[in-house]
Amino acid sequence: MTARGNTAIVGFAEYPPLRDPGEVTLDHILMNVAAGAISDAGLKRQDIDGLLAGTPVAAQGFMWPSLAASMLHLTPAYLDNCDIGGAAAGGMVTRAAAAIQAGLCHTVLCVTSDVVNTATFHAATRGRHVERAPLEAVYGWAGANAHYALLAQRHFYEYGTTNRHLAKIAVDQRTNACQNPTALFGDRPLTIQEVLDSPLICDPLHRYDCVRPCTGGAAFIVTTAERARALRKPPVYVLGYGEGFANHDMHSREQLTTTSVAVSAPKAMQMAGVSPRDIKVAELYDCFTITVLVAIEDAGFCRKGDGGPFVAAHDLSFKGDFPVNTHGGQLSFGQPGLAGGMSQVVEAARQVRHEAGSRQVKDCDVAYVQCSGGSALSNSVSLVLADRV
Amino acid sequence: MTTPSALAKPLPHVTPENREFWEGCKQGLLKIPKCGVCSRTFFPPSARCPHCLSAAVQWTTASGRGIVYTFTVVRRAPSVAFQKDVPYVIGSIELAEGVRIPSRVVGCPPEAVKVGMPVTAQFQKESDEITVPLFAPISR
Repeated sequence: MTARGNTAIVGFAEYPPLRDPGEVTLDHILMNVAAGAISDAGLKRQDIDGLLAGTPVAAQGFMWPSLAASMLHLTPAYLDNCDIGGAAAGGMVTRAAAAIQAGLCHTVLCVTSDVVNTATFHAATRGRHVERAPLEAVYGWAGANAHYALLAQRHFYEYGTTNRHLAKIAVDQRTNACQNPTALFGDRPLTIQEVLDSPLICDPLHRYDCVRPCTGGAAFIVTTAERARALRKPPVYVLGYGEGFANHDMHSREQLTTTSVAVSAPKAMQMAGVSPRDIKVAELYDCFTITVLVAIEDAGFCRKGDGGPFVAAHDLSFKGDFPVNTHGGQLSFGQPGLAGGMSQVVEAARQVRHEAGSRQVKDCDVAYVQCSGGSALSNSVSLVLADRV
Repeated sequence: MTTPSALAKPLPHVTPENREFWEGCKQGLLKIPKCGVCSRTFFPPSARCPHCLSAAVQWTTASGRGIVYTFTVVRRAPSVAFQKDVPYVIGSIELAEGVRIPSRVVGCPPEAVKVGMPVTAQFQKESDEITVPLFAPISR
């Protein structure tokens, strides 16, 4: 029995990213985005009977969903975290839909909050890396920068992908960010040469190929299609979802360049009954430019290996022929912990609702969302969202 | 056990599962786990074969030869402990025996490292307990 179109996203809110947290606390962010999403949906706190709360990336997270529920005075019939790294946002949609489908609850608040700056983020991930990947850490592994650089290097070798291809992604997304007042980097456009001239972090990735960790949070609400239709704003129906996995230890994978997206994307599109041609906007997790490029290939928007020429030949801006990350992506919006991935879900919902203002994609009825996470895409969740069932 | 200082590299811990690997390194040997039931090699060491879940974990001494499957040049040290090494090359080394292991590529300038480059293992002592394998281009 298909779950296609049984649920919808009905409200969302984002905390504008901060480079440095200052006095802002996890609780402050969580309360504000939760209240914002509930208000946006036209619901009341009492209408929420399910909660999914992402574990903060740099703080004590044991029992976090219960702590979050308690802050909000919720009494959820269903609560959990979603522990798949950056893919959590998409994972929350699928888990909320599954819980609703199973009759555990009817309205699920999905929320993340993170208080980090670049230094505290790297300290937290380094600590975990030393504990769980000692055979990498001893050599001076540079975390996710290194993992994705290894992926990029291999992709360059196998397919002839170049730094110019990657730079095009950063540049077009920056064009989008210039229409997003909350983006950390949206003050002026970027050029390909600037990306190529920016310092190398881990070859072949330059600074502008890499995301900036920051402070922030986001929330959205998933409910039944029936309840969604009774609310004041147009529902954003969840037509399809799928999940994929690859060994967290990238040295144990048979190959690197075809990712877990190649598993999750076809599942989502098949459930939705759509093909890549039907997609009007693609919000693709972008911790790095290479992450976007492999997602475009593995979701079937172009042939495997053609991602470089594809992004070179298409306009990825909101006004272009293949809009990607219309909010600027995390590369320009910032990566506020798990709310980095939430930004892709929220922007897709915004576009499908036609609330994207100056960066609205025309006739945006069907959106594809790629939520990627873990160690170099160990975790993948793909979503298809639409304005009708 | 003394608290490691910020300047010290994070060293792996010796466990019952991986002791043979670290003992091998101390002797200049690259010992790789090999399943006594299904005969497949695997890495990292584990209490059970990840392929067939047998507990019959045995060890084989690898030739030390491999190729650079992929790599990167680290230009920003992840911590103070590695500051003086920058720039250095880390990568995924595909051994002739069929497993890939993380390591460093040494013995040549970072610019000379290429995917597919043949390399061979050498060993570097980090502490009394831990000696790590590094890989260098095979000289012609």
